[in-house]
Amino acid sequence: MKKVITGNHAVSFGAKLARVEVIAAYPITPQTEVVEKLSEIVSDGELAAKFIKVESEHSAMAACIGASVTGARAFTATSSQGLALMHEMLHWATGARVPIVMANINRTLGPPWNIWSEQTDSLSQRDTGWLQFYCENNQEILDTVIQAFKICEKVSLPGMICLDAFYHSHTSEVVDLPEQKSIDKFLPKYDPKYKLDINEPHTFGGLTSPEWYYELRYKIQSSMEDALGVISETGKEYAAITGRRYGLIDEYKTEDADEILITAGAMSQTAKEAVDLMREKNKKVGLLRIRTFRPFPKNEVRKIIKRAKSAGVIDRDISFGSEGIFFQEVKSALYRESARPPIYGFIAGLGGRDVTIDEIIKIAESMPKMARNNEFTWVGAKI
Amino acid sequence: MKLTIPEIEIMSSGHVACQGCGATLAFRYALKALGRETIVVIPACCWSIIDGPFPYSAAGVPLFHTAFETAGSTASGVRAALDIKGIDNVSVLAWAGDGGTMDIGIQALSGAVERGEDIIYVCYDNEAYMNTGIQRSSSTPYGAWTTTTPAKNFKTGPKKNMVEIMVAHKIPYTATANIAFPEDFIAKLKKAKSIKGPKFIQIISPCPAGWKFSSQLTIKLAKLSFEACVFPLYEVENSRYTVKKPNKKTDVREYLNLQGRFKHLNSDAMGLIQKNIDEEWGLLLKKERTSDEKCAETDAKA
Ligand SMILES: Cc1ncc(C[n+]2csc(CCOP(=O)(O)OP(=O)(O)O)c2C)c(N)n1
Ligand code: SF4
Repeated sequence: MKKVITGNHAVSFGAKLARVEVIAAYPITPQTEVVEKLSEIVSDGELAAKFIKVESEHSAMAACIGASVTGARAFTATSSQGLALMHEMLHWATGARVPIVMANINRTLGPPWNIWSEQTDSLSQRDTGWLQFYCENNQEILDTVIQAFKICEKVSLPGMICLDAFYHSHTSEVVDLPEQKSIDKFLPKYDPKYKLDINEPHTFGGLTSPEWYYELRYKIQSSMEDALGVISETGKEYAAITGRRYGLIDEYKTEDADEILITAGAMSQTAKEAVDLMREKNKKVGLLRIRTFRPFPKNEVRKIIKRAKSAGVIDRDISFGSEGIFFQEVKSALYRESARPPIYGFIAGLGGRDVTIDEIIKIAESMPKMARNNEFTWVGAKI
Repeated sequence: MKLTIPEIEIMSSGHVACQGCGATLAFRYALKALGRETIVVIPACCWSIIDGPFPYSAAGVPLFHTAFETAGSTASGVRAALDIKGIDNVSVLAWAGDGGTMDIGIQALSGAVERGEDIIYVCYDNEAYMNTGIQRSSSTPYGAWTTTTPAKNFKTGPKKNMVEIMVAHKIPYTATANIAFPEDFIAKLKKAKSIKGPKFIQIISPCPAGWKFSSQLTIKLAKLSFEACVFPLYEVENSRYTVKKPNKKTDVREYLNLQGRFKHLNSDAMGLIQKNIDEEWGLLLKKERTSDEKCAETDAKA
């Protein structure tokens, strides 16, 4: 069924189709609509779930962990300060190996207060052991919520779906909602082998000495590595029922590209327009969109970029004192290549500043002329 | 006399508490009262360690170790999962220290009880952060030494009255308990189990390491805390107070003098402590009287 819905509602319908059993959430702009819609769905009896209206995001994550470790499919959504407040519990969820799925609406962190798009909030959580997916449009958002449950439950790790404040959250697009029946087949009921169960008592998370803690961390890392394959497989399975296929990355006109732009999230749509316009002028530009940030698809990124004459990463985020976060990751993926093209970093669109087609064209056009050691550039900053 | 304490031992030996630990006894009794149909959530506190190192566990029931400030919220999540699965014969027990309850955990606890979560929350009160090495908490009483309130600069504020804070939330059941009176504690837990909604019990659990007393005195000190009315034993059921009175109210000095944490106090300070106890005790008895009258009134109206 096709519906015109916002990115926020795409999240809500995704969670509904995934038949989540426990939702715990706390409001924050621009996420609020996600859980408002879900409250409505639950109170209308369209979804058999418990909705815990917690008193903070920290508690939202703790409640999801409690629910998940008791064997329920748990879901939450947040943004910005809410995500930052959860930080401790994000680590806890990973260590407890619970496949909670959360939507994060990428928004700036204060001060100063700003409610617009920026990916620094979720990227700051990159080392918590959560899978992270960055979506391009509302359809992908809905599809990714559903797939994330399957992926996360297979690898026993939590996962975060990231969408951009307002560009996605409050913008309506046509979204095709799959049939509940086919999703039920795709995503069976969550039934973990180990859970809090009085018939088979286990203790979770007790004091663990250096003798074993180290191995438990190793297992998280190897599950993350397994996730690379699981994401691709799940993408294929999902394509079989919906015709829409998603993988670790998304290539757009990169086969013969001299310059490759690299983006994540909503900006990728603008970048695709820019590529089309440049292609009309016979400029061989392509786009690599990173969909899965954790685990990071090193091999795919390496394979594509090494074919190009240069690559430019546009980050809507900043790691202060270093550089753009995607830029760092892309560069490190290329380290093993003896012959690698120069890679340039561009910071753009912080605090919801519009990144226009013209700006992206300018970025691409500047790349062939750049000095190889040019570290990174602030695009359009009034400085 | 017929023994009323259930014989069943759910908690096992091999835990790693200090000798004479009151909190360990408290947990053992709690499981005797609630039985095997219990899921426990424990935030950071001495009990995170007492339970034993991986892969061992002394609890004997499903147990989830959670972050310091999340006993209330994690227990809410467990309850929600059980509810959605239609499992209704299991008690969810949040088991936390005084710091995890009254300080860092108060938000999650307040949130959980305000929402009316069907959980039993037990705070074992050893009156300081013992796990991190005896730092003051908001439950540390006036006059006590801790590593962050050295003798020269002992704690001067009163102990936070968490029971009143819980009563103010208008939850169906709030009570205090004492490890020296296990029958009473067990009866209270059984009552809590039979009530739907949030239940809060604070149990005084003397700590030899933190209070600086010799480990054979645990029960004696617990008993004295009741007899001197330092830690009164009472229940508040739907706003009605029931207070258990000692046969003879003893001088607080006997209680204080057995502990190293008060040994720097002069007689003025001890006198002040006695005065405060007398006042609080008087107030509590008054609350019992007035709540009784009020409840009788509402009962009559209904
Ligand atoms: C966020 C956070 N801050 C600090 C700590 C360190 N910490 C662990 S247990 C504890 C004290 C616990 O005190 P209490 O709740 O009174 O229980 P007790 O140790 O006395 O049993 C502290 C401060 C922590 N685990 N998490
Ligand atoms: S420090 Fe105190 S509360 Fe902690 S285990 Fe030892 S005796 Fe028990």
